[in-house]
Amino acid sequence: MALAATFLALVVSACGGASDEVGSSNSSESTNAAATDGGGAEVKLSLVAYAVPKVGFDLVIPAFNQTPEGKGVTFSQSYGASGDQSRKVESGLPTDIVNFSVEPDVTRLVKSGQVDEDWNQGEHKGIPFGSVVTIVTRKGNPKGIKTWDDLLKDGVEVVTPNPFSSGSAKWNLLAPYAEKSNGGQDPKAGLDYLSKLIGDHIKVQPKSGREATETFLQGTGDVLLSYENEALFAERNGEEVEHTNPPVTFKIENPVAVLNTSKNKEKAQAFVDFLYTPEGQEKWAEAGFRPVDPDVAAKHAADFPEPEKLWTIDDLGGWGKVNDELFEPETGSVAKIYDEATS
Amino acid sequence: MSTRIALRSVALTYLGVLVVVPLAMIFYRTFEDGFVAFFESVTTPAAISAISLSLTIVAIVVPLNVVFGLVTALALARGNFPGKGLLQAVVDLPFAVSPVIVGVALILFWGNDGWLGGAFPVIFSLPGMVLATVFVTLPFVVREVEPVLREIGTEQEEAASTLGASRWQTFWRITLPAIRVGVGYGVVLTVARSLGEFGALTVVAGGVAGESQTLTLLVHARYIDDHNTFGAYSAATVLMGLALVTLVLMTLLERRREA
Amino acid sequence: MASLAVPKPPARTRRSLGGGVGPIGLGVATLWLSLIVLLPLAAVLTKSLEGGLGGFWDAISAPSARYALLLTTAISALVALINVVTGTLIAWVLVRDDFRGKSLVNAIIDLPFALPTIVASIVLLSLYGPRSPVGIHLYATKPAVILALAFVTLPFVVRSVQPVLMEVDREAEQAAASLGASGWTTFRRIILPALYPALLGGAGLAFARAIGEFGSVVLIGGGIPRDTEVASQYIAKQIETDRPASAAAVSVALLLISFAVLFAIRWFTKRKDVG
Repeated sequence: MALAATFLALVVSACGGASDEVGSSNSSESTNAAATDGGGAEVKLSLVAYAVPKVGFDLVIPAFNQTPEGKGVTFSQSYGASGDQSRKVESGLPTDIVNFSVEPDVTRLVKSGQVDEDWNQGEHKGIPFGSVVTIVTRKGNPKGIKTWDDLLKDGVEVVTPNPFSSGSAKWNLLAPYAEKSNGGQDPKAGLDYLSKLIGDHIKVQPKSGREATETFLQGTGDVLLSYENEALFAERNGEEVEHTNPPVTFKIENPVAVLNTSKNKEKAQAFVDFLYTPEGQEKWAEAGFRPVDPDVAAKHAADFPEPEKLWTIDDLGGWGKVNDELFEPETGSVAKIYDEATS
Repeated sequence: MSTRIALRSVALTYLGVLVVVPLAMIFYRTFEDGFVAFFESVTTPAAISAISLSLTIVAIVVPLNVVFGLVTALALARGNFPGKGLLQAVVDLPFAVSPVIVGVALILFWGNDGWLGGAFPVIFSLPGMVLATVFVTLPFVVREVEPVLREIGTEQEEAASTLGASRWQTFWRITLPAIRVGVGYGVVLTVARSLGEFGALTVVAGGVAGESQTLTLLVHARYIDDHNTFGAYSAATVLMGLALVTLVLMTLLERRREA
Repeated sequence: MASLAVPKPPARTRRSLGGGVGPIGLGVATLWLSLIVLLPLAAVLTKSLEGGLGGFWDAISAPSARYALLLTTAISALVALINVVTGTLIAWVLVRDDFRGKSLVNAIIDLPFALPTIVASIVLLSLYGPRSPVGIHLYATKPAVILALAFVTLPFVVRSVQPVLMEVDREAEQAAASLGASGWTTFRRIILPALYPALLGGAGLAFARAIGEFGSVVLIGGGIPRDTEVASQYIAKQIETDRPASAAAVSVALLLISFAVLFAIRWFTKRKDVG
């Protein structure tokens, strides 16, 4: 009874005491008090992102708030499966800036008229940061898994998210596909590999890259396919895992775009521009993401080893082609394999 | 005699393994780093905003449910009309519908591609969360009040109206006092369910931290998206505290009802 | 839930609707229920039939949809059965036994009603997940799903059996005992028949609750297709992957199962009442 009373008092006081902050909360768990110094026009931007970049935005947003344009700008943030987030924005979730895992999730919003067609015409084509596909194993890599072929060994269970909701899942499947098909020249070889991988080794279908990590950390599976930045995140958190970048892997490019329906387009654009500045790029690198600015990338070269061969989406003909041929629900070859194996 | 002890032990063990020990475990995990860590974790801007959003939803849902619940209960208890059985069944319907289906239904009805073609901005904003919560809590007030209404009958009300009281006077002076414990019980159940709703909200809420994230969504988002287990435990403990308050209120009302 | 057949009040003139709500009130109530409950559910039904009956059938017979529906039904039935046994036992202990702290135990029964389902999931995961301090790892297994559902359905049978047990005729029991019947025989012959309707009702509610449950399963169940993914998780997944028609079809199937069971139980209990 006394306990219950304490709780009630606690909740009431928590609400009464600080509810004035609600409208301007940065929402990320780390508060950036410096951001709100009262005066001036306060702008709040709504950021809808894929599952894992929170660790980066937690560094970038306070840095942005230190700049003249960023002063007093606060953010509300939402993280989740890239495809699911894109679906929500398309169906009306109020949003100023989107950051998805894969380009098609932005393309969907271009088609719906919410993002301008020229969103990727800038120097870096709308991609402020990226990563590579990596193989995460239990500490000590007890099953000795280092290459794509190792995934097909008997009894190896692979954790990767559901490609119909997650962008991470698409990258994870493209990496071995690109190697086996030699950059898309022999699609059959690539698809044969994926059939074996999906049919025999993938049992779970987490919704997003982060849920896949969580599933793996809860003890499911021998291998987690993920972003390099996500592997670094888990390792820095002291989890009992380690990652190996396979010698041949895939370049992940995570797009950012401003919605043309935004009421604060200028501020939103200022924030997106900030992501490409050396300061912004530095923060992404610190958080474990591969920066696109060559100078910053050179500085962090030791953190981000170059694989022997890094395939890109352009090698496969670009997202438009890849999505139509492989991932389009019901008609794409990978979608069909997935449906056959898991639906 | 030994059978009794055996039965008691089995029952208590079952409850212990299923309910008590897991709850104690969360308490331990929440407070093992001290009260301050817990307090800081539940007073971050995102947490405060989640708490206030959850309370806002409760503050909207409870009056809606009381007003419409009373009207419905009166119609069911006192009215005599064709299709009454159907109306009874509809009131019970939310008990049998999975929360996830509630969310799906709201999207297909109110959403952009739904029946209303997105004419109202409901999905992913507060109205959607309120509608979902009203759906799942709809039966509570009706089902608590209706039997009481039948029990008290209409004699007093009729007497009052014979003496010249208006309908409103009769309602305020005679009916409402008689059913207030029932209403109270219904409200407590509604509050508990509103604070705890999760399945329907995962479908219709935007889940934007600081905007459209309730306490239950915060627990989930912290556990999964933030990889912040301790934060999730702390938020869960707040919800558990609220559940305890509910339980105490339920017990108190139960006593009054029996008295 | 089963509304008892109460004798209809005598027909009254409109004037005597003092506490009543009249035709306007009835209209308001109907409109409210339609807007909140009926129309959205109707939207699910039409969406599920968008591709005709064939499309509906394809959606619910996709292997992992079918598996999820069967698994959910089977596990819910099992959980209802578990509840019949443990619920009767707990109700018995609460009514017939006496020990210190009994009222606390009585209060604990309602906790799963008051506790948010997502908290139930996180609570169970902390004890029976991979970081389990007692070394029990149930994450992403069927027992984990059963455990979660047993947690949220705990109160139903206890609370429906308890009041009936209080009113069972003690004299008949004592008579049976004095005639040399064993405790078990007395229970089976005298008490159990009296508990029948309450047991069925409680089990039905537990089943209906379990079959639609989502929050308590979502963290500890693992959601592995064709293994531990329950129907509500499957539906949520279909929405997240932008397949609303399939989500609607499985929703309708799930609703039909739960209605069928509730109606069957209502029918059985009514027959018992009459007989």
